[in-house]
Amino acid sequence: MDSVLLLAVLFLVAGVIAVPIATRLGLGSVLGYLIAGIALSPLLRQLHVDVVSIQHFAEFGVVMMLFLVGLELEPRMLWSMRNRLLGLGGLQVLVTAAIMAFIAMLLGQPWSVALTVGMILSLSSTAIVLQTLNEKGLMQSDGGQSGFSVLLFQDIAVIPMLAFIPLLALPELAAMHGVGSGEGHASLSLVGQLDGWQQALVTVGAIGLVVGGGSYLTRPVFRFIAVARLRELFTAFALLLVVGIALLMLLVGLSPALGTFLAGVVLANSEYRHELESDIDPFKGLLLGLFFITVGAAIRFDLLYANLGEVMALTAGLIAVKVAVLYVLGRAFGVGGADRWLFALGLAQAGEFGFVLLSFTVANSVIPVALADQLFLVVTLSMLLTPLLFILYDQAIAPRFAVTQAREGDRIEEQGSVIVAGHGRFGGIINRILLAAGFKTVVLDYRSDQLEVLRAFGVKVYFGDAMRPDLLHAAGIDEAKLLVIAIDERQSATELVRYVTGNYPHVHVVVRAVDRHHVYELWAAGARDIIRETFDSSLRAGRSALEALGVHPYDAERQVRGFVQNDREQMLELASVFDPSIPAHENPAYVEKTKKYMQRYEEVMRGQSAAFGSRLDRGWVPPTLEDIEAERAAAEAAQRGGGSAPGS
Amino acid sequence: MAGLIVYYAHPGHKYSHVNRHMARAAANLPGITFVDLYRDYPRFDIDVSREQHRLLAHDVILFQFPLFWYSTPSLLKEWQDLVLEHGFAYGAGGDRLAGKVMMLAVSGGGPEDAYTLQGYQQYPLRTFLTPLEQTARLCRMCFPAPYVLYASLKAPAAGLVEPHVNGYRRLLEAIRDDRYDFERAERLDVVRFDDLPIREEP
Repeated sequence: MDSVLLLAVLFLVAGVIAVPIATRLGLGSVLGYLIAGIALSPLLRQLHVDVVSIQHFAEFGVVMMLFLVGLELEPRMLWSMRNRLLGLGGLQVLVTAAIMAFIAMLLGQPWSVALTVGMILSLSSTAIVLQTLNEKGLMQSDGGQSGFSVLLFQDIAVIPMLAFIPLLALPELAAMHGVGSGEGHASLSLVGQLDGWQQALVTVGAIGLVVGGGSYLTRPVFRFIAVARLRELFTAFALLLVVGIALLMLLVGLSPALGTFLAGVVLANSEYRHELESDIDPFKGLLLGLFFITVGAAIRFDLLYANLGEVMALTAGLIAVKVAVLYVLGRAFGVGGADRWLFALGLAQAGEFGFVLLSFTVANSVIPVALADQLFLVVTLSMLLTPLLFILYDQAIAPRFAVTQAREGDRIEEQGSVIVAGHGRFGGIINRILLAAGFKTVVLDYRSDQLEVLRAFGVKVYFGDAMRPDLLHAAGIDEAKLLVIAIDERQSATELVRYVTGNYPHVHVVVRAVDRHHVYELWAAGARDIIRETFDSSLRAGRSALEALGVHPYDAERQVRGFVQNDREQMLELASVFDPSIPAHENPAYVEKTKKYMQRYEEVMRGQSAAFGSRLDRGWVPPTLEDIEAERAAAEAAQRGGGSAPGS
Repeated sequence: MAGLIVYYAHPGHKYSHVNRHMARAAANLPGITFVDLYRDYPRFDIDVSREQHRLLAHDVILFQFPLFWYSTPSLLKEWQDLVLEHGFAYGAGGDRLAGKVMMLAVSGGGPEDAYTLQGYQQYPLRTFLTPLEQTARLCRMCFPAPYVLYASLKAPAAGLVEPHVNGYRRLLEAIRDDRYDFERAERLDVVRFDDLPIREEP
């Protein structure tokens, strides 16, 4: 127990110190974690910590990340990606693997080893690339999307590679090792003893279970859990879902990453999507951080120094070949401008699946241990260099394409979503108006019964409490243009305004206010677009009353408009002196201003002032006879002087 | 019996010296259609189909309004912009108003002598009405001389409100009863209560 706590403290301290520094220096969080790992490595060696086994554990972060990626991808989007996924991804793996194998053969490796090395090095790091793209907000760019297609294909390609590599076993190594069929997941496999067709059946069954279960079972389970109204239950279920699917996939010999990704895609349409996202996200972040730390900590510097030149040259060669292949393929698939560079530089490293394959190949006697150790260093070094390549892209390449980037930025902004918090009588109407105008909305509501009803009518609403920052984040507040706060609870609305205006100043907030004092509270909290929930309907009712009493409809309209204008001016002035921390009647400035307004009203009522009336009717009151004479005289004088005359 | 529709447009209805009396006279006249535009559309959301149906159902369209800055009140301009659609009132297939009559009943604040080349308005009144006249022509409608009251703000003091309103009533009745001499009216510059081109028999 003590050692676990010690280890946790070590990793946490290293991460907490290194990551903010790296981020501040513009290096990105990934490099921060890697550096933290390097800094920790002497200490870990002293404590005899098995870094590699921690790394295997932390790789689960990748599984979670793919689940989250799946959640973001609706099946329709996945289908529309198919060309790039299969074409770009498939060609990248094939061509890179072939070139790498060719080079390995040139360097004197037998063909089977060369082929294995090619496959290992063709993969890129999903963890680093997706993390960095998300961090830099480049995920939605063309380069980001192409990169994602390739990474997804690679993650899927790992499965056939795992099946294929044992066939390449070197007889002499196998003899040395004894028979090793042994990475962790093989020992768990249920299907090892089955025939091929039975295996296929089990595989199809497992995928069917994930898809069917995801489609039909999660909703009732979530509804069952929602009754308890305990947050941690949602988290527990979300974890259970991901871990359970990963286990199922391992049992049937499939990739856990693929399985959870699939589950994510199935649930992408679900109203619980954002809830799941915000529950899993912290675990993913922590595990990936741990993973990056272990990558840094696992660098064997003794080996590195012994072969410094060779390792450096191999790493440089690896990156150069991968950049070249990606660049050419990007061009062939119409990835243009800065995006092509982002795509080529971003995916130029070898990845975490390389580690998995390396240990797998060693265990299966495919490549010698010495070579594997060296490759391990190359893979690690290439990962370590990735953040630097991203910096190169940011500093040197993106600015040169600044014009095209800006145009693409606009396109993304157009899709910038609107978040509607609360889908009751108020938010529902707002949502309908926005949807009718063609805007994308994300609606959050936490009344489960209401969600069922709305879903039945085809309204897309997500389960979740908008008050939770993580859920707002999952709903896309970072990229959102607008947040509509239409929740009933007065205090919650104010808090939400304070949080959002403080943390996301770029988001325009439209907020529903209960009454006049709530307006002031919201104003003090930072809201500037505040709508009183019953104000407009009261105005219409007042207008109807005037019309019913025989007032001409246009006069009634103008009367009400004048009332609104007057009321708004008064509200604005009073809001500037309102202090939510003291009651209105104990606020001297507020009392003073209110008195002044009441006095002015009374004057208007008694006919002593025309301030209100004159503004209302200004323009339609005809001039007096004296005015006309004066006007005429002036006009004639102007005409004699050559000017033109107004009025008719 | 000709179908007559009167469109009345005056945002300052309650301050009007002359127009509101004219409007009341028109509204109370049987056998014609009277529309108070600012009453029907206080928020300017004009129902285009409804207005087009109204136009199709009548032969004479009469706009009654005070001149504001040498033009119609803004709602009447909005009405023209929306209702006189391409393909309906003008342009390809836009012959639905052809052969109908567009007439104006306007009041101006300036005296008659101001609307001369020597007066301070510098142009005759008809010059300021040419946009409406050409609108009628483009819609292949007749545009007889407008019914005019000059110096409308002085009309109450000059005792001219009652004769002008009575003249307006006789004008509308004559149009309704097919006694209005449109051929003569087309040759005139403006018509006033004391020189209305009305025949005794239809």
